[in-house]
Amino acid sequence: MGLFKASEQNQEQEQGTSLWKDAWIKLSKNYLALFGLSILGLLCLVSILTPWIAPYGYEEQNLILGATPPSLAHWLGTDIFGRDMLTRIMYGGRVSLTVGFIATAVALIIGVLWGAIAGFVGGRVDAVMMRIVDIMYALPFMIFIVLLMVVFGRNILLLFLAIGAVEWLTMARIVRSQVMSLRKQEFVEAAHSLGLSQWTIIRRHIIPNTLGPVIVYTTLTIPSVMLLEAFLSFLGLGIQPPQSSWGLLINYGVETMEEYPWLLIFPGVTLSLTLFALNFLGDGLRDALDPRTSKD
Amino acid sequence: MWRFALNRLLQAIPVLLIVISATFMLVHSAPGGPFSAEKSVPPEVIAALEAQYNLDQPLWQQYISYLGDVVQGDFGPSFKYSGRTVNELIAAGIPATAELAFYAMMVALIIGVSAGVAAAMRPNTMQDYVPMSAAMLGICMPSFLLGPLLVLIFGIYLEWLPVSGWGDMPGDKIMPSITLGTGYAAYIARLSRGGMLEVLSQDYIRTARAKGLSERVIIFKHAMRGGLIPVVAFLGPAFAGLLGGSFVVETIFQIPGLGRFYVQAAFNRDYTMILGMTIFFATLIILFNLLSDMLAIWLDPKLRHQARGNN
Repeated sequence: MGLFKASEQNQEQEQGTSLWKDAWIKLSKNYLALFGLSILGLLCLVSILTPWIAPYGYEEQNLILGATPPSLAHWLGTDIFGRDMLTRIMYGGRVSLTVGFIATAVALIIGVLWGAIAGFVGGRVDAVMMRIVDIMYALPFMIFIVLLMVVFGRNILLLFLAIGAVEWLTMARIVRSQVMSLRKQEFVEAAHSLGLSQWTIIRRHIIPNTLGPVIVYTTLTIPSVMLLEAFLSFLGLGIQPPQSSWGLLINYGVETMEEYPWLLIFPGVTLSLTLFALNFLGDGLRDALDPRTSKD
Repeated sequence: MWRFALNRLLQAIPVLLIVISATFMLVHSAPGGPFSAEKSVPPEVIAALEAQYNLDQPLWQQYISYLGDVVQGDFGPSFKYSGRTVNELIAAGIPATAELAFYAMMVALIIGVSAGVAAAMRPNTMQDYVPMSAAMLGICMPSFLLGPLLVLIFGIYLEWLPVSGWGDMPGDKIMPSITLGTGYAAYIARLSRGGMLEVLSQDYIRTARAKGLSERVIIFKHAMRGGLIPVVAFLGPAFAGLLGGSFVVETIFQIPGLGRFYVQAAFNRDYTMILGMTIFFATLIILFNLLSDMLAIWLDPKLRHQARGNN
């Protein structure tokens, strides 16, 4: 009897981890998602190492050289001040990725906490909290960010907060609906009747089960945040020089695109490729982590 | 449904009040007054200007009088364009933006729905992969990149279309509409594919097939009504997005519309203009969200039942 019980527990443990193992197996079969993952990894690596591996200095000008098309010395050409485009795109990527990750982290923290509290406490608290989310959904958030940037100056820290503050709403909704539906599930009831403490239930059952959708949505939030930053920088309301981001580089590229189209095309391709990679990764993760698709 | 609409309209009042108060407070807590940019202005002129715009009164008094004006639909004078009211400027920008948004929405709906429905009819074939990959490309190609690239190719290299303007030359509305519409076409393609796939797997479609109805009747008459509900529900948020997108597209193509005015107001720190336009945009977005929700309810009997039950 004791032996039987032990083996049963063992089996349970195995099934507990199989969601992640399963997801990984599925993800590793999805070439587009793997492609996205490797592009993202490469970008992060390059961004971290930029100060050491960038071929030129960030502000290194060569006015005699001026704008040149791609060459052996400057793989992606130079801009009108003779600055190396590859170097500038690498430094711009650091800012774009940082904004992407930090603003998403802000959105993640607010959204998960908000949604989890609303879902757990339920009742009137839930109604009020979700009403606030509904109201904020109805607001023209793009306009609000422009407003914030105008009123408080174009501060990069504020940009993180402002973007994070508008991107948490969907996260809160996702987490809340997950928590709500989990609370009513039989296995949670079973855990209650087994006498497990509230905290153990949260830790063992609720959190692992909400993690999937949260990871998926986080992966999809990063590109939309990066897009928002590029959008604002393009309009001249986001990142300010001397700092640079891909949106700002595209903005400069547009000004001179007639004579020097590569100044628009290279940062544009970089941004699009990154968004592509992140979206594919997000879609792949959704397919891999969605329990509804794991049956087939 | 009318009760639902009335309910939502009543709910919109506190929302708008919050929007007005928040933007008002935000704008008035800005460091540096609206006239601080002009450096060489003597203090007595600033005082006179501030008196003209009621800035010398206590904040709460300004707020009350502003609120009273807004309720009557008066956004006051523009700070930067002296002699013109915000209402006039908004009215001047509406025609171009409305037209641009309409064309962009048409581009989005026609391309998006046909691509999505085509993909859903033959899932996991080339008829699915090609439009869906194109949709992914459309999502990852933001308007501020697509617009300049189109200008570069069709305006500068091929010289097929004018590079800027609105209604000045034949064909100058084509590129802005495509630039603004493409991203939404991509989203709509994905939404309609998903919606159609879900509907096509349902029993009533199998029944229709068993009755021997032609594929065309099944798709257009039976499946599309239910399958496109996600698209209809997306129209409200998409409209809000179109307004935001018009900032970029109108700036790139130099279209005299609301988006360009808003960006200019932001750069000029034209406070009354920003305040007025924010409120105006918020009102529009709330209205369009309501309209798209009502349309979705009208299309979906299940939602209709819920809406009735809730009220």
